[in-house]
Amino acid sequence: MSAVIVFSAWEIAGRVPISYSFPTFLESMAALAVITLDGSIFVAYAETLKPLVTGIAISGVLGVGIGLWVGLSEKFEWLFAPIFIVMQAAPLAALIPLLVMIYGIGLTSKVFVVCIMAMPVIVLNTASAVRNTPVSLKEMARSFLANDHEVLLKVIIPAASPIIFSGLRLGVSAGFIGAILSELKITPTGVGDIITFSRSIADYPTMYAAIFSIILLAVLFLNLLEKLENYLFEGNNRGYISD
Amino acid sequence: MAISQTSAQPLASTADIAVSVRNISKKYNQTEALRNLSLDFPKGELTSLLGPSGCGKTTLLKIIAGLLDANSGTVQVGGQTISGPGPDRAFVFQDFALMPWANVIRNVAFGLELRGIAKSEREAIAEKYIASVGLTGFEKSFPHELSGGMRQRVGLARALSVNAQVLLLDEPFSAVDEQTRRKFQEDLLALVQNESKTFIFVTHSIEEAVYVSDQIAILLPRPSRVSEIIRPSSFRGKSVDNIRRDPEYLDIVDQIWASLRSYVE
Repeated sequence: MSAVIVFSAWEIAGRVPISYSFPTFLESMAALAVITLDGSIFVAYAETLKPLVTGIAISGVLGVGIGLWVGLSEKFEWLFAPIFIVMQAAPLAALIPLLVMIYGIGLTSKVFVVCIMAMPVIVLNTASAVRNTPVSLKEMARSFLANDHEVLLKVIIPAASPIIFSGLRLGVSAGFIGAILSELKITPTGVGDIITFSRSIADYPTMYAAIFSIILLAVLFLNLLEKLENYLFEGNNRGYISD
Repeated sequence: MAISQTSAQPLASTADIAVSVRNISKKYNQTEALRNLSLDFPKGELTSLLGPSGCGKTTLLKIIAGLLDANSGTVQVGGQTISGPGPDRAFVFQDFALMPWANVIRNVAFGLELRGIAKSEREAIAEKYIASVGLTGFEKSFPHELSGGMRQRVGLARALSVNAQVLLLDEPFSAVDEQTRRKFQEDLLALVQNESKTFIFVTHSIEEAVYVSDQIAILLPRPSRVSEIIRPSSFRGKSVDNIRRDPEYLDIVDQIWASLRSYVE
């Protein structure tokens, strides 16, 4: 329903037109069909998904890992938390030349951009979720003879999981932004190439088709993540004790 | 007055003592919470820890549970000095401490799960205790679907299912409504009668303490010490309906209030 409203608004805005460079929804979809049929979009995604998937996988695993650590130990919080707060606040576009100087224009730099975008929110969310585990739940587990390992696995992680997953969702969205940003700012490859190239030849429908496809992919990915959460932590979608 | 009162350290043979607290002191930074506190908890009885807020009764309970370390002194359970939580004690929490992501049966079986008991076996035990607290049919419900009183029944079933000799209850009824609370108090009396377990019960309600206890330890604050121990004698065997109009019940309630009044801000 909300999709219909947004798409209709897009179509109307394109027809008015707001700007010569703003195509209608149907034009963009036609362009999407064209690049899908000639296969160029799949070639582009094969290129874009490399830094994106690598970066998100690294950020997810490492981010949750470091987040748990930071949340459990005040010493590590003191050591690591400022790094991620700075990372989150830093203007990434301004850092890209620095990354290119260090790691070149290849895949490494792009993975780094994805990680810098995705990791801080994952780490910080995980850490604060872990630190805010209800004390009485931890005491409960200890009083029923849980060791530290069991307290972590059976109480702290399940209790923190809704916020860890909301961090992952934000991190994945940021990772998508990072992947496209890196393709626009470092070297135009993959979907970034389609966007840059079609803009340079004023083929705006194709440009918007590429942008639309990446949003679609991000939404699909987030849905997948939600499925994973419901599979791993069944009780999360069952509401919470309010008092 | 027909109140049998003993000195702060009752003399009893060690065989009848389930939990023995000796010379416990506890400091939080500069604040002295407990100073040189000694108290015995007779086997098979319910002892209340009663006092104004901030008198350290919950601190004492958590030290007995092994959740807090005392700065000095020892706690013996069944003659053994404790060094942490143990299978001989089970805790019932004021805020229930149920895992919101787990259903009732997993919550009740959690203590057994941590003891490494196989799933089918622990669920069979859990079902038995879910039935005994009157929650049959709610095994697959989640905590947020239950009322406050039902949640605490889950907490109680969890503590009972591990079959510990000592049950530690930290203001277990303070978060449930008055009527549920009365029902709980009656159920608790039946539980003390039927199970040969030792109950240590923290409460701030004078009436509740007198109603359910075999022995009431009055704690006074800053730093906390046992000021007196009261053992109601005449109404303990009576039916639950008659306790609240027993003269001794009323006398003890008044007496405790008289000694606590000056400590309440």
